[in-house]
Amino acid sequence: MHRILSKEVLAPDVVRFWIEGTHVARKRKPGQFVIIRINDEGERIPLTIADVDKTRGAISIIVQGVGKSTRQLNAMAEGDAILDLAGPLGRPTELHPNRTVCCIGGGIGTAVVYPIACGFKALHGDVTAIIGGRTKDFVILEQELRAVADQVIVTTDDGSYGEKGLVTDALRRLIAEGRTFDEVVAVGPLPMMRAVVEVTRPLNIPTTVSLNPVMVDGTGMCGGCRVSVDGEQKFVCVDGPEFNGLLVDFEELGARLRAYREQEQEALKVYHEQQACRAQAT
Amino acid sequence: MAKKIIQKTKNPMPLQDPHERAHNFDEVALGYTVDLAVLEAKRCIQCKNEPCVAGCPVEIDIRKFIQQVADRNFEGAFHTLLERNVLPAVCGRVCPQEDQCEVKCTLGIKNEPVAIGRLERFVADHGALLKFTDDTPPAPPTGHKVAVVGSGPAGLTVAADLAKMGHGVTIFEALHKAGGVLVYGIPEFRLPKAIVQREIDGLKHLGVEIKVNHVIGQTFTVDELFTELGYEAVFIGTGAGLPTFPKIPGINLIGVYSANEYLTRSNLMKAYQFPIFDTPTIRGRNVAVIGGGNTAMDAVRTSLRLGADNAYLIYRRTRKEMPARVEEVEHAEEEGVQIMMLAAPTAVLADEKSRVRAMRCIKMELGEPDASGRRSPVPQKGSEFDIEVDTVVFAIGQGANPLIRNTTPDLPVNKWGNVLADDDTGATQKAGVFAGGDIVTGGATVISAMGAGRKAARAIDTYLRNPSVDGYSPTDI
Repeated sequence: MHRILSKEVLAPDVVRFWIEGTHVARKRKPGQFVIIRINDEGERIPLTIADVDKTRGAISIIVQGVGKSTRQLNAMAEGDAILDLAGPLGRPTELHPNRTVCCIGGGIGTAVVYPIACGFKALHGDVTAIIGGRTKDFVILEQELRAVADQVIVTTDDGSYGEKGLVTDALRRLIAEGRTFDEVVAVGPLPMMRAVVEVTRPLNIPTTVSLNPVMVDGTGMCGGCRVSVDGEQKFVCVDGPEFNGLLVDFEELGARLRAYREQEQEALKVYHEQQACRAQAT
Repeated sequence: MAKKIIQKTKNPMPLQDPHERAHNFDEVALGYTVDLAVLEAKRCIQCKNEPCVAGCPVEIDIRKFIQQVADRNFEGAFHTLLERNVLPAVCGRVCPQEDQCEVKCTLGIKNEPVAIGRLERFVADHGALLKFTDDTPPAPPTGHKVAVVGSGPAGLTVAADLAKMGHGVTIFEALHKAGGVLVYGIPEFRLPKAIVQREIDGLKHLGVEIKVNHVIGQTFTVDELFTELGYEAVFIGTGAGLPTFPKIPGINLIGVYSANEYLTRSNLMKAYQFPIFDTPTIRGRNVAVIGGGNTAMDAVRTSLRLGADNAYLIYRRTRKEMPARVEEVEHAEEEGVQIMMLAAPTAVLADEKSRVRAMRCIKMELGEPDASGRRSPVPQKGSEFDIEVDTVVFAIGQGANPLIRNTTPDLPVNKWGNVLADDDTGATQKAGVFAGGDIVTGGATVISAMGAGRKAARAIDTYLRNPSVDGYSPTDI
């Protein structure tokens, strides 16, 4: 069992947890993820490790409540315990020293980009971060990134905070202003990663994306997380989660992410009904 | 003296009715009653040369335990099994006895052999029912520590044997539940998970520690097991790792699974009880499973239980070449599985939502024997045909998982990524590291993995007592 040490709401339906996990914290490198199972009936949920605290033997994860399992997780409280925690999984980010990097996070993707930005900075990189959200409320980890990155640009779709527009608008502007990058790292919803790749492709800027497909075991055993990269089959859990974004078949990945949409809605409906019953009973 | 009249055929195993069982996950075979078991045990002629024992990879004293059953000494029989086999209830169910102990049975020369597997299962289940326990006192602690990577049949056997010898054993399991293929792969209707758990609990009783959620190669490397955690020997029994898909169009469509994923969702994650359990699976109406082994049978029979109207098994050779146990093929057919032989997929076809709508196949004919000695299938030009399916499951074998190989560069592997280990001892070329089961041989059986575990345990014991004897002999590989 892994106790929740602290819980903090970062944005609507977005929660940061610190969880006990000495065996994961000691080895984890930027870019890696864990698999969590809440209880005996639970599914195996892959989540990027946002940060570690080796002295406390704790890891931090940032969870957006979308389906049943993530909502159930976000409803847990400090002191509650999570049944299973496996990791660190996946390959770490390929960090190179002295790089000029643009780290782009869309929504919850910022939670994945943050440890990567820290990793590049630790190797004396020049790090620009562009983070976006629908509105001001959905922008996360701005202060944390400001403490690490050389420059942080915030965008919101509605202009309620930072620059009005998308993260790609900010990226285009920087490029138009003559900024050059050795590498762009983009993590967020598929359409956002795809849009970033369409900006960087004509300029031949190496672009890394972190993928979050449907996954079961997370150790290479099931093949459910397979994606096509440059026409080759890759398993995100053991070959990734980060890939050359210029070569990823986003169309196929997008379709595969919708594989269980009906079941996900059914599970969520049952969960809401149970919650309503419980609320009535108390 | 009147000659003893021997019943020519095995006492049949009581089974759930095929029409009923095709729609539930309860165990298909119900097991012998006490009277049936005694009757079957009495068929054994107790021949002096006991060839059956030579056919058993873990060397169970078969003649003795069968005599004990015939004498209604069930507790004695239980202990005879446990002396040699930590997983008797599992082996009694999933071992291919027809190719091992039973194929050698003297009675089998003229008649059907003694139903050794059914008797093994009876003794294990009856012993559990009456709460018999293994009361042999363990050897005094040696102070040595061994790490076992993977809690499948090989790992469980090596762990039990070493614990009985007095060594401290920790099993590291990557998943959240111990048992490996016994829990994620083999379905409930063939091997109830409560039975696997019971046998694993027996191991814990021996003092074996099991750490789940520890992915060796990631959480700790093999080297760190020695340097940071202080283990003196490591056994790698991680099983067959990576599913393979054919190189045909459409394998990434929604509704295409590896057998590993399809079975893991259902068995380990209990997707057949969705939404009580959170993991979903696609409940196909028309399901095609490709392959001819036991895994393919498990997958296609699972699809019926998930509600398929049509469950097709597509195999490129003929029934004779199928690697699956005859019993499994028969059970599948009784339940309504439609077997299409001499056919292979050439493409999976999509609807407008990237979901499977059909599979294109080509007819095959058998040509010359290949390396495996089986006649190899040859596609017949222009014989393509489509079958309407919404789910496709590939059960066509597996590659080796890369996690340990990638982080243990000095552990030699073959061109398929399987660990090179000595046949007789499981020793690898890396000092103190032993390996056995599917990670060495590629996909094989539960019992052969257990046999490898048994041999490795002996070699590890020798190594711990004298590390200069590493049991590795290059000529054996």
